[in-house]
Amino acid sequence: MPIGHLQKDFLLAVEGLTVSFDGFKAVNNLSFYVDENEIRVIIGPNGAGKTTVLDLICGKTKASSGSIQFRGKELTKLKENDIVQAGIGRKFQTPSIYDDLTVFENLEISYPRGRSVFGALTFNRDSAVRERVQEVAEMVFLKDRLGMTADLLSHGQKQWLEIGMLLIQDPDLLMLDEPVAGMSVSERVKTAELLNRIIKGRSVLVIEHDMKFVEDIAHKVTVLHQGQVLAEGSMESVKANPKVVEVYLGH
Amino acid sequence: MFDTPRFANRSELLGIAVLAVLLLVILPLSLDVFRLNLVAKYLTYSFVALGLVLCWGCGGILSLGQGVFFGLGGYCMAMFLKLEASSAANTKIQSTPGIPDFMDWNQLTELPFFWKPFHSLTFAIVAVLVIPAIFALIVGAAMFKRRVGGVYFAIITQAIAAILTILIVGQQGYTGGINGITDLRTLKGWDIRTDHAKFILYFVEVGCLFVCIFAAQFIRHSKLGRILVAMRDKEDRVRFSGYSVANFKIFAFCAAAVLASIGGALFTLEVGFMSPSFVGIVPSIEMVIYTAVGGRMSILGAVYGTLIVNAAKTSFSESFPQLWLLGLGALFIAVVLAFPNGLAGIWRDLIQPRLDRFSRSPKPDAQWSQPMADKAPAE
Amino acid sequence: MFGDYSLSDLGAIFAMQGFAGLILFSVFLLMALGLAIIFGQMGVINMAHGEFMILGAYVTWLTSNFFQAHLPALFGGYFFVAMVLAFFASGALGMLVEWGLIRHLYKRPLDTLLATWGLSLILQQCYRSIFGAREVGVDLPQWMLGSFQVTDAIQIPINGVFVMVLTILITCAVAYILYWSRWGRQVRAVVQNRVMAGAVGINTEKVDRYTFALGCGVAGVAGSAFTMIGSTGPTSGQLYIVDTFLVVVFGGAASLLGTIASAFTISQAQSTLEFFLSGSMAKVITLLAIVGILMLRPQGLFALKVRK
Repeated sequence: MPIGHLQKDFLLAVEGLTVSFDGFKAVNNLSFYVDENEIRVIIGPNGAGKTTVLDLICGKTKASSGSIQFRGKELTKLKENDIVQAGIGRKFQTPSIYDDLTVFENLEISYPRGRSVFGALTFNRDSAVRERVQEVAEMVFLKDRLGMTADLLSHGQKQWLEIGMLLIQDPDLLMLDEPVAGMSVSERVKTAELLNRIIKGRSVLVIEHDMKFVEDIAHKVTVLHQGQVLAEGSMESVKANPKVVEVYLGH
Repeated sequence: MFDTPRFANRSELLGIAVLAVLLLVILPLSLDVFRLNLVAKYLTYSFVALGLVLCWGCGGILSLGQGVFFGLGGYCMAMFLKLEASSAANTKIQSTPGIPDFMDWNQLTELPFFWKPFHSLTFAIVAVLVIPAIFALIVGAAMFKRRVGGVYFAIITQAIAAILTILIVGQQGYTGGINGITDLRTLKGWDIRTDHAKFILYFVEVGCLFVCIFAAQFIRHSKLGRILVAMRDKEDRVRFSGYSVANFKIFAFCAAAVLASIGGALFTLEVGFMSPSFVGIVPSIEMVIYTAVGGRMSILGAVYGTLIVNAAKTSFSESFPQLWLLGLGALFIAVVLAFPNGLAGIWRDLIQPRLDRFSRSPKPDAQWSQPMADKAPAE
Repeated sequence: MFGDYSLSDLGAIFAMQGFAGLILFSVFLLMALGLAIIFGQMGVINMAHGEFMILGAYVTWLTSNFFQAHLPALFGGYFFVAMVLAFFASGALGMLVEWGLIRHLYKRPLDTLLATWGLSLILQQCYRSIFGAREVGVDLPQWMLGSFQVTDAIQIPINGVFVMVLTILITCAVAYILYWSRWGRQVRAVVQNRVMAGAVGINTEKVDRYTFALGCGVAGVAGSAFTMIGSTGPTSGQLYIVDTFLVVVFGGAASLLGTIASAFTISQAQSTLEFFLSGSMAKVITLLAIVGILMLRPQGLFALKVRK
């Protein structure tokens, strides 16, 4: 019986995933599963393959072997934009926004309508779009910055803008790569609050080093080491795992 | 708040009106037909420059092969005109009457198959619009679907320009060779060589130019225009917002190709011949400088840039031919190093603020409508 | 198409054609070596590369004139002096250009392309004003004239062999500098991670400047060698620039071995096709094949899968 049938309940099923760069296996026979509405945090030492896993799921990197199923749909064969349209949103480690456009336009581009060439040509900025942009801008603390060119924002504001761009897509699975890295303490607090609000009603996959933050939000933690799962479970069980302490938490 | 204009905001509309007055009233009244025909010739290049604004300025895709599309349009039109000029009555002294003179000189005894449909003006016009689009689609799809861009794309398009030139020059029996297709006379019986015809054709061309300007403005102000700018900035982010980056690039490249082709077809009508010297590497890269001088993001700037560079070229080449190449070279360097936003940038940074201060008129829309020209685009 | 030739004739023709291809290979490779450094290692597009080569050619021409006029006894060896001078002349100009132009544009490759195109126009006009619009050729020393008679049907010109030997030597030197010298490691370090290279004490600006100068200097030597087999005019450089870029891209930009292989493939294909077709069609078909292959395999012939 095909594996896919067994895993029907999972939102995301990663199985036997491997990718090698010139023989170096950055991710090696990795398997894990994410439930609907689950907050999963991936931790691990540098070079463990955390970012690569996100790259593989969102299609930035092509897998050498293995499968990634999202709602029963195989992602490894899809193009990046099709994966996004299937309902997966990705935030990059460094803020990835359009510096030359205004905050409003940044958010508008992410609005999930008119994504074909013809659709974009005939896209109309109607009241539904404007209201949604205003609403999201308020959530990410940028309501009074809508007309500003994005490169004038501070680092933390850029991170929020990118989170806002993901929110407006309304993805079923949200992937965040170190969302609080490089933020000031007050920005961190605000971001944690923001994330706690937006993760409701969807599944989230987060990479984070900030242990306090991880403890706050994680339902389940996966520890990666050398491209493989070292441990998985609740934060408490993972913290108590001697292997994890040795390679990661001990430092 | 945040209403976008579909075609142009207030200051752009004003700019278009000024350009219309200049091209439709001032120049025709102040220039003789010879000079007006020169302006007409320059303006044909501005179609190419318009296309480059969309493709290079907004989308960051530098094509160094726009001469290819200019040439395709020009040759399509020239083939039709040449066939009309080569009627059996006009060519009865040839060993094979009824075919173009250069074919006869090259011992061809029959019209090649790909020339035959060009007996029809309708076919020729459709070909001007469709052939470059298909060609750009093939090249664009092959390159952009495989994520080839930037300098690699520039080099490949340049190679294509080189290939087409060598091919046209080498196959003189089919193409007229290095001399091109010359001695074009009438369009549906109407002599295009008279002063009166040149005068009429000038206005036809300006009309076409404004249609194209409006089309370009529409694209620029649509969400597609903003996506092009976004793509130039952060290609991956666009991809991970659910857009097929390749399709948008292909669209921009095709639009630029069609615009260049329209320019080429009008060039043939205005000037009365087409030759490979408008197809190759050197003219293609020169067309980029028109856009750069005007301001790579500015649609109206492209027209002014083309006019100014060509007027300078003509006057320098008449009096100091050696200086022109130095001047052009310096222009390439200056526009890149010192004025990356070209004339439009100088206008916006130096002249407009003074005008605004002078008139004290608040411009509520200016803040939202021109956000992307604030700095030199990074590639 | 072979009916008119006897088998031995045909063999001789192929041998000669193959040799013509080898000369073309030398020219491509000499030009491409400089580009492989500047484009392949630094990622800078220099459209004026051909003009740096032509500078070397003019320097060689001047040197040969000087020897003819003042040191006729040493004329047999002037070429070696010329080569050194060509290297330093083109290298010095390269250093100047890097300082005045290129270093401001490292983050804008497309703009670099346009600016260096402008530079090439200026240099062409300068050459035309200084040396005249006509092509100039150098007199070869006595020992380089004539040819080796391999069989009664096959002759191999000595100057061609000399250029090939020179090409091999320069290639080895460039390979050594890039891959085995300490300085080559610095260059690669800077290319891969500028900030980190600076942090570990590499003077990145100096590395950039000397790398660019080296690439230009190699182009100058190429131009010097070029005078042995052809004449030089103000626009000779531009004739080869697209072919050369295609050679480098086709080989996979960062791989010297790829550059060599692709220069060989392209030159052999072109010279073999030239025998069957007219020169222009041979060129069209060769270029079309390269462009076609690059569309299918954009990373070139030799490229590694790298993690971005």
